Amino acid sequence: MSDHDSTVTQEHSGGKLRARITEPVELLPAAGNGLLGRRSFIKAGLGAAGGIGLMQAVPASAARPGHMRSPGPGMSEYGSPAPAEANVKRIGIGSQRGTTGSGASRSPLEHLHGIVTPSGLHFERHHAGVPEIDPASHNILIHGLVKRPLLFSMDALARYPTVSRLQFLECSGNSGTLLAAEPPQLSCGELHGLVSGSEWGGVPLAVLLDEAGVLPSARWLVAEGADAAVMSRSVPLAKAMDDALVALYQNGERLRPENGYPARLFLPGWEGNMSVKWLRRIYVTAQPAMTKDETSKYSDLQPDGSSLLFTFPMAVKSVITSPSPGLAMQGPGLYQISGIAWSGSGRIRRVDVSADGGKSWVQAALDDLVLPKSLTRFTSAWRWDGSPGVLLSRAVDETGAVQPTRESLMSNRAAGAFYHYNAIQAWRVGEAGEVNNVYV
Amino acid sequence: MFTSKTVGLSLAITFATFVYAAESPNLGTLASAAEIAAYDLTVMPDGTGLPVGSGSVAQGVRLYTEQCLACHGTEGEGGLNDRLAGGHGSLATPAPVKTIGSFWPYATTLFDYIRRAMPYTEPGSLSSDEIYSLTAYLLYINGVVDDEAVMDARVLPEVVMPNGDNFVWAYEP
Ligand code: HEC
Repeated sequence: MSDHDSTVTQEHSGGKLRARITEPVELLPAAGNGLLGRRSFIKAGLGAAGGIGLMQAVPASAARPGHMRSPGPGMSEYGSPAPAEANVKRIGIGSQRGTTGSGASRSPLEHLHGIVTPSGLHFERHHAGVPEIDPASHNILIHGLVKRPLLFSMDALARYPTVSRLQFLECSGNSGTLLAAEPPQLSCGELHGLVSGSEWGGVPLAVLLDEAGVLPSARWLVAEGADAAVMSRSVPLAKAMDDALVALYQNGERLRPENGYPARLFLPGWEGNMSVKWLRRIYVTAQPAMTKDETSKYSDLQPDGSSLLFTFPMAVKSVITSPSPGLAMQGPGLYQISGIAWSGSGRIRRVDVSADGGKSWVQAALDDLVLPKSLTRFTSAWRWDGSPGVLLSRAVDETGAVQPTRESLMSNRAAGAFYHYNAIQAWRVGEAGEVNNVYV
Repeated sequence: MFTSKTVGLSLAITFATFVYAAESPNLGTLASAAEIAAYDLTVMPDGTGLPVGSGSVAQGVRLYTEQCLACHGTEGEGGLNDRLAGGHGSLATPAPVKTIGSFWPYATTLFDYIRRAMPYTEPGSLSSDEIYSLTAYLLYINGVVDDEAVMDARVLPEVVMPNGDNFVWAYEP
């Protein structure tokens, strides 16, 4: 197979990244252990696929397999994934002992592509299960430090002008298993799958608060859900007025029950627990309520025994989703390293990838959509020569924040500090093509 | 390219935003005091939201044994679910144990949380007196109050938690 292929250049035009195909060039090594320049990533992928196709022998029956000899089933009311994809499902499902509803499930990141998580595979974190809510009798109350306490029915909310945004949601407990002294041998999704990306649509909370007339003394609001735990969190008024949504839609349809149907709060870039699902009440206050889930939980113990409250934004982070544990390599040759990067502080500026455990790095290509507080897909071509290597990705966001190494993150962390783990993930690719979680 | 077409478009967007802000749909209905009271479950650290009623440690022992012990263990330890007592002085050690007594900054959070979420399988089933009693008992097994303590809307916000001044706000509004 030839190394000569078209190259792809990237241009910024009007703030959007565009790929353009130009003349053939050679795929040249850009960093140690076979990493190739990001300028060659798309065509390298096509070349590799074409090569495999040519080498396969075509059996005679393949000319007209069964599914081409009679008409298939007809239309369906609500489509499902292909039967052969039945293994792609939520993973790492666990609940507190003796309960089924106080726990989490994770997105199978290693099987997903792009920056949108199918709604049925969005991670879950519930405190008392998923409530079954009749939208016709569900209201959202806004009260407290407002001129007019107001009740909004779901039908009323559906008549408001809405906005839609492609953004991530991440539980601040995501990746917490990596605090273990020995690297847990789990899949990418089991380790990092408490993050998902969706198109969230809904009514800006600021619009509803303006209608209620927020009083000058207000600084916070307490958001409350209609689940059996009546989960509640205090949210700064400034965030509510900035970019908070009362979300009604996820990926073009109404929210799924496990994601807050019929309405949820959505706070872009902030720890997932605050984006209260099954939203029933917004209580406008001067002070935070100091709820259980912002004091006992979701606070951050420091080495000196003190603790931080209100560590809201999710920090810059990335992870390689392929190759990753469970996705074995198929022998030496060209591969696309692919992963996701995100930051609660804005856009991803760049992602660097290493195949030699951090000795050398190459800048990965970012897929077309690079949006604020959104998953961003990165790729980098890699010619694996069959020898062991350690793959890393390191994201930088538009504020200049750099994803830390595990060593630096752990160096000033209290033993009991669990939340907000955003260190660089290392995958070791062994000679047999197996991929393992390692600490470097 | 910045053409006249894109200028037109951005003007239209600006205009639409302006109209939208000036003419909000206003489809909310005014909530009555009774409706608000039916929704409102929040207890603030200053005691705002605490109902009338009271409860003692002695009443709390009985309730805890019947309704909480199965999941949270004898005197809040060794149960299936969250540990509710102990761990004092452990926060800055290699094995910190965060409990109501060793960690929680506010006693009011207990009333707020038990009223909204516990017992796990039957939340909303306890009376205000029962919640005050359980709050008193949980503070007692953590050494925060003595066995004579009675909790009500006046006393509870004044309870000083051992780890209360050990918290720093990472966000200031
Ligand atoms: C069926 C088991 C069960 C029973 C019975 C139960 N709890 Fe719980 N409790 C839980 C679970 C599970 C959680 C964690 C909930 C979550 O996911 O947020 C919890 C959490 C708590 C917490 C918060 C602990 C912390 O440090 O954050 C308190 C306080 C509590 N329960 C008090 C009570 C009281 C008081 C009762 C009795 C009225 C009770 N529980 C009965 C299962 C139970």
